[in-house]
Amino acid sequence: MSIEISRRNLLKTAGGLSAASLLSLSSEELAQAASKTSTVRFANWSLYLDYNNKTKSYPTLVDFSKKSGIPVKYMEVIDDNDTFTAKVTPQLRLKKDIGYDIVVLTEWMAGRWISGGYVTKFDDAKIPNKKNVLPYLLNRPMDNGRHYSLPWAGIIAGFAWNNQKNPKGIHTMEQLFAPANKGKVEVLSEMRDTIGLIMMWQGTDISKPFSQDKFMNAIDYMKKMIHDGFIRQVKGQSYQEDLISGDAVAVIGWSGDISQLNSQNTNRFGFAVPESGGTFSTDNMMIPALSPNKVNAEAVINNYYDPVVAARVANYINYVCPVGGAQQAMEKINPAQVHNKLIFPDAAMWKKLVVFRDLTQAEQISFSTAFQKASGNA
Amino acid sequence: MSTALLHTGTHENQTSLAKKKLLPYWLLAPGIIWLTIFFLVPIYQLISTSTQTQGYGIGTYVQTYRFANFMDAITSSKAQLFRSFEYAFLATCFALIISYPLAYAVAFKSGRWKNTLLVLIVAPFFCSFLLRTVAWEQILGEQGFVIKTLRFLHIMGAQGHLTATPFAVVAGLTYNFLPFMTLPLYASLERIDIRMMEASGDLYANALTTFRRVTVPLSMPGVVAGTLLTFIPAAGDYINAELLGNPGTKMIGNVIEARYLAIVDYPGAAALSLILMVTILILVMAYVKRAGTDELV
Repeated sequence: MSIEISRRNLLKTAGGLSAASLLSLSSEELAQAASKTSTVRFANWSLYLDYNNKTKSYPTLVDFSKKSGIPVKYMEVIDDNDTFTAKVTPQLRLKKDIGYDIVVLTEWMAGRWISGGYVTKFDDAKIPNKKNVLPYLLNRPMDNGRHYSLPWAGIIAGFAWNNQKNPKGIHTMEQLFAPANKGKVEVLSEMRDTIGLIMMWQGTDISKPFSQDKFMNAIDYMKKMIHDGFIRQVKGQSYQEDLISGDAVAVIGWSGDISQLNSQNTNRFGFAVPESGGTFSTDNMMIPALSPNKVNAEAVINNYYDPVVAARVANYINYVCPVGGAQQAMEKINPAQVHNKLIFPDAAMWKKLVVFRDLTQAEQISFSTAFQKASGNA
Repeated sequence: MSTALLHTGTHENQTSLAKKKLLPYWLLAPGIIWLTIFFLVPIYQLISTSTQTQGYGIGTYVQTYRFANFMDAITSSKAQLFRSFEYAFLATCFALIISYPLAYAVAFKSGRWKNTLLVLIVAPFFCSFLLRTVAWEQILGEQGFVIKTLRFLHIMGAQGHLTATPFAVVAGLTYNFLPFMTLPLYASLERIDIRMMEASGDLYANALTTFRRVTVPLSMPGVVAGTLLTFIPAAGDYINAELLGNPGTKMIGNVIEARYLAIVDYPGAAALSLILMVTILILVMAYVKRAGTDELV
């Protein structure tokens, strides 16, 4: 028996149904029918899902709910991996529902959740679209085979600049710290991006084992740039406001942010992957261990690996699309984006993108302490 | 019969006496329960965390009574600790300099505008602390009038900037805590009997002497209360340093935040919080002892 009914329909039809026919449903089926209608609570970062300003809604989610009958409550509550994790850690430890059925966290933090046992294993049968995930993104050190996490989007960190102040663009570290930019450079508070870019520029391969010295060399360089007054601030996504106001004219930033800024500011800004290489990471959807809505959450996740849906999202968020076939689908949605290498990297672009290697726990603590110290925070 | 009556009488007296004795405790109960749950328990937790060490897995700690955590915290963050007190001291001084004439004017010279002015002083509280600090980013930023004026007057070059400087942090702190200085000052100035000043004039004191020998001493309770109310929160603030400062102007609040959230070093963060609390407590006690609180109450 098919249970494709929403709670409202169930109530509507219940009147016409005899008690006997209702009783004929097995308790398991009833539970399934009930779970079908329970709301999936989706926690994500801001500006990370296609949004319609006129209807004030998320079109791909609205379409999904219409088609499946599963309501989704979408919340832009994550603005920092550390802060969000610190907020929900007490419930996670106590093995309680954290209030979200889907969370989206960056690879290194996703790894911490997975190894801590805070997430639940996917039922692959419920996510048939998993086959569309780019093969390159299917096997990651933190989750080989992707049993606990699936990539929401890929993030490229590189150089971004104000076109008026840097008309030739910024492609090397020297150009970022050009005398004209002194005091108006900002770098990301995400250690792996800022230090990763510096290390690659210093000739270290950050995807392979490297010594503590190599890491500290990059820290020293960042310290020097802060000390000499080149770096104004070390911050998260709020560097965007400083680019708009002109307080920052050259930054280490994220690809999608700049595309979004440009759509609102008539191409005032530029973005490039550094010649020495850019860092690449993914934000990943996971289902917290004690989520009461696992089945529905899997349905939501499955929806976003449909190439057409993925292309609609990518067209809005401008981050690397993790779904194969989305590039073809994009032709119908927005032909101008089909050859956007920051959404659909080609082979040459993939070569320039490097993933920061996994850190051991001891390294994580000592490296992040060194990074916070350099940022003045320790 | 009479003895029996007498007996019950005393008994009743005793119970009512016992009830009377208990009454203050009943009245205190809500406060005591509140303080236990929201002050004593967290403080105990904080003290207990401050001597723990890293366990297995990030974010897990075991109690090892490692008191060296405190020394480690001080050695690694003394720059920010000193800076916090330096900035808080500067902000308190500036707030006092700005507030005194302001409170004086409102108390003695404002006439029918008194209430309006008081509302204006409190008005910033209707807006979130965070938003007001973000507004200062705009005021001092590239598109703000301050920097445009300074550039126009050739006081500042094209490369110069006001945000991400110690100046901006201290300015932000001064602004944000200004009402905490102005209101107690106003309260104590307003209480001064105007005839005291007249009497001082009658005794041939000029305006300055009257101010120095009569007004200032009588307003001391307000000065003490205002400086405390400004200094204490300013020393622990981290929003101003975060939004208006640069990596070289971070305060102890930023360190605690980073230790807690980014480095995930709860013992270090707890040790620093305790150090901050104890230092402020000692400073405040020394200050109050010197300045005296007799008239504060």
